[in-house]
Amino acid sequence: MTALPSFLRLRRMQPNALLGGILMLVLGLTALTGLLWTPYDPLKINILQRLAGPSAAHWLGTDEFGRDVLSRLLAGAATSVWISLLTVTCAVTTGTLFGLSAGFLRGWPDRIIMACNDAVLAFPGILLALGLLSVLGASKYGIILALSLAYMPSVVRVVRGAVLSLREREFVEASRVMGNSELYTMLRHVLPNCTAPLIVLATSMFGWVLLSESALSFLGLGVPPPAPTWGNMLAASRPYIGQAVWLGILPGLCISLTLLGANLLGDALRDHLDPRLRGLK
Amino acid sequence: MFRFILGRAAMAVPTLIIVAVSVFIMIRLIPGDPAQLMLGDQATPETLAEARRTLGLDHSLPVQFGLWISAVLEGDFGTSISTGKAVLPLILDRFIVSSSIVLSAVLIASLIAVPAGMVAAWRQNSLSDLLIVGGATLLLSIPSFWLGLLLMLLFGLKLGWLPVVGYVPVSEDPLAALTFSLLPVATLVLVETGVITRMARASTLEVLRLDYITHARAKGLSERVVLLRHAFRNAFAPTWTLIGLILGNLLGGIAVVETVFTLPGLGRLLVDAIFARDYPVIQGCLLFIAGIYVLVNLIIDLMYPLFDPRVTAE
Repeated sequence: MTALPSFLRLRRMQPNALLGGILMLVLGLTALTGLLWTPYDPLKINILQRLAGPSAAHWLGTDEFGRDVLSRLLAGAATSVWISLLTVTCAVTTGTLFGLSAGFLRGWPDRIIMACNDAVLAFPGILLALGLLSVLGASKYGIILALSLAYMPSVVRVVRGAVLSLREREFVEASRVMGNSELYTMLRHVLPNCTAPLIVLATSMFGWVLLSESALSFLGLGVPPPAPTWGNMLAASRPYIGQAVWLGILPGLCISLTLLGANLLGDALRDHLDPRLRGLK
Repeated sequence: MFRFILGRAAMAVPTLIIVAVSVFIMIRLIPGDPAQLMLGDQATPETLAEARRTLGLDHSLPVQFGLWISAVLEGDFGTSISTGKAVLPLILDRFIVSSSIVLSAVLIASLIAVPAGMVAAWRQNSLSDLLIVGGATLLLSIPSFWLGLLLMLLFGLKLGWLPVVGYVPVSEDPLAALTFSLLPVATLVLVETGVITRMARASTLEVLRLDYITHARAKGLSERVVLLRHAFRNAFAPTWTLIGLILGNLLGGIAVVETVFTLPGLGRLLVDAIFARDYPVIQGCLLFIAGIYVLVNLIIDLMYPLFDPRVTAE
């Protein structure tokens, strides 16, 4: 893992990595701000100020209930980022656990885990999350659970694939010969070597999860209103988009910039950490 | 060749069984008694017992699964709780709407994206490569539901060129049907172009690095022949798989675009059924979409030898 520090050296950075990094940093700061402080209460209704355009008091205008859009965007960032982070963490931890066990133990644990994995992968995209949400009901933790389950199989595949090739390598053999237990070998020697593909996957996954969460909220199956998320703000803007353009543009712009950041950073990390592609640039 | 087709088709069967079992289990996980949900507050113990009998809930779970799956195989997906109509005709009606939009969008997107990706790979690190990759990454980062809203705002509300929401079936008025489906198709084309371009570029880059391309160039073939005959056909295979995955993914994911343009499609049917807690419809939609997904991937795999004859070599 000596790759990361050199990657973080600013002058060696690719412009797309820099842009991606900056976008993600801005997102993080926005979410943190939304968590700690917003100019107005994002839920405070003010009927007299309905659909008011941007002004000195309300920088980004107000929505159909007279709520401050900037405050709602900030609070929405906090919610969306929190849900995405938690989902990615859940998917990566459980996926790593299963992938590691499947690849290292092989035999019947491998067969059972991969059969379950294939069952989940047999559902296209967001469909599994939709199905699970019909069972769990629309709530913050329902989404996290549904999306974690939907995104876990890709982690299992990546980790299992890495482990299967790693376990045949000499340094793993050496650890065994030295008398280290299988568990120790797995955690000390195999797992750290899976981190590069995992970091790449987790970065891109953050973007996909945020997009899925926004889509579900847009459909009304995500975080229930009045709590703001970018997805449900967009959904609520639909009837007013003719009179209040900013309501339809701002939340979507936030989602797009976040996705752009995650995609650029994910690509840059992959180019850097995937040795197969390193000579290419 | 025949063995390849048969073998690949046989592989789809266990997947379909897994899908059916997962859908069945998922719906049974819903807390509460389906009969109670169906009858609502007016339920008396007698009507409840009657409903449980007609739904087959008085049997054990494996028997229930057997009854359900044999009904499904005969084309009986149950009846909708909220409308009392048969589920399968409902799904098929909506499927025609969704599939016509998805198919035309993916077709147009592929026709744009595959050549674009291949040109970008061929001219790697040039200005055109930079522009194509940048454009694709940008398109990839725009959520379809937001792009749909923006297009609607621009072409529907500001310019007034196209109808904003609604749907007319092709059978009633082909021209009106075209104007109503133009914006949803354009939305999906733009979003999917980004994904397919990147894939086409990446797989072409992989192929161009292989020895046989160097060999083809070394023996003096023109660049045109090297690319058209040797590189592109081979490079298309992974993109072809991706196109299949996109087709399947869109059938579930199109719900957001259908919501933007209020189209009566399959995705919207599923989402509305989730809101109405209409479990036979949810179950039917999940099974149908996942089934189509498996089928599409099977067809894609069966056509794979057209691009990569090595697949059938075993």
